[in-house]
Amino acid sequence: MDKIYTHPRALRKTVTHYCPGCGHGILHRIIAEVVDELAIREKVIGIAPVGCAVIAYDYWDFDCSEAAHGRALAVATAIKRVRKENIVFTYQGDGDLAAIGTNETIHAANRGENLTVIFINNAIYGMTGGQMAPTTLLNQKTATTPKGRNAQLQGYPLKISEMLALLPGVKYIERTSLHSPQEIIKTKKAIKQAFLNQVENIGFSLVEVLSPCPTYWGISPSQSLNWIRDTMVKEFPLGRIK
Amino acid sequence: MPKITVDKNKCKGCLLCISVCPKGLIVVDKELNSLGANPVKFKTGGECIGCAFCALICPDCCIEVYK
Repeated sequence: MDKIYTHPRALRKTVTHYCPGCGHGILHRIIAEVVDELAIREKVIGIAPVGCAVIAYDYWDFDCSEAAHGRALAVATAIKRVRKENIVFTYQGDGDLAAIGTNETIHAANRGENLTVIFINNAIYGMTGGQMAPTTLLNQKTATTPKGRNAQLQGYPLKISEMLALLPGVKYIERTSLHSPQEIIKTKKAIKQAFLNQVENIGFSLVEVLSPCPTYWGISPSQSLNWIRDTMVKEFPLGRIK
Repeated sequence: MPKITVDKNKCKGCLLCISVCPKGLIVVDKELNSLGANPVKFKTGGECIGCAFCALICPDCCIEVYK
């Protein structure tokens, strides 16, 4: 009997601090599997964000750096320019990449830095307690929009992937989801492509991953997968954007 | 016959694996684990097809699949 699915080498065997049913754990594992499959564990450098994944470097078994809130792409730019032989990626949530780090994100993309960006979008701020994020859906209830997000007061969900796709420096953008095993397989394929683009010097690649946050959505883990499938993908359609 | 093993002291009891198992072979263990959660366990004797859906969706990397 062969073992057909096991713990990836690039992921440490520790218990994470994430809530039960959190998408971060799934995405950490996918990245670790891609790093193993491309045999780049000795030369990959990950940049951890501020947000729930702030201690992602405790979970991956490869070199990582931490960045100030939103500045992951600025740190990644510096590391990649100095150490061109390394494979540098950032792992950022919607608060980090699309709120405080919008500036750094847009300019790194516009410069066409040869980087890989993993953007995890759960439409809410997790670490700080479930406040509205730029990507929060209209009518979605959060700690700071208790009656639901109202477009006249709080604007519309920010589609940063579509915005970045307009820039000539950006070479690859795809939006995927974690709401079913089939979508997880597609997510892994997209992430592998984004890493391969950097290996082949193609340029700036970003994968946006829709991910569940059962704790702050206030529903069970399996209901949160259904919520992504039925509600979130209508606002954030899946597939290749560029 | 394919089978899975669950690292019961890493399982936080999110039960996502139960929601995706096409054969209904994963059940909740009534015994608490070291995290204070009710982990899942594999029901032996069923017809596991080794699809690995449970392992793919597990956020805590607790499941290994044998085929």
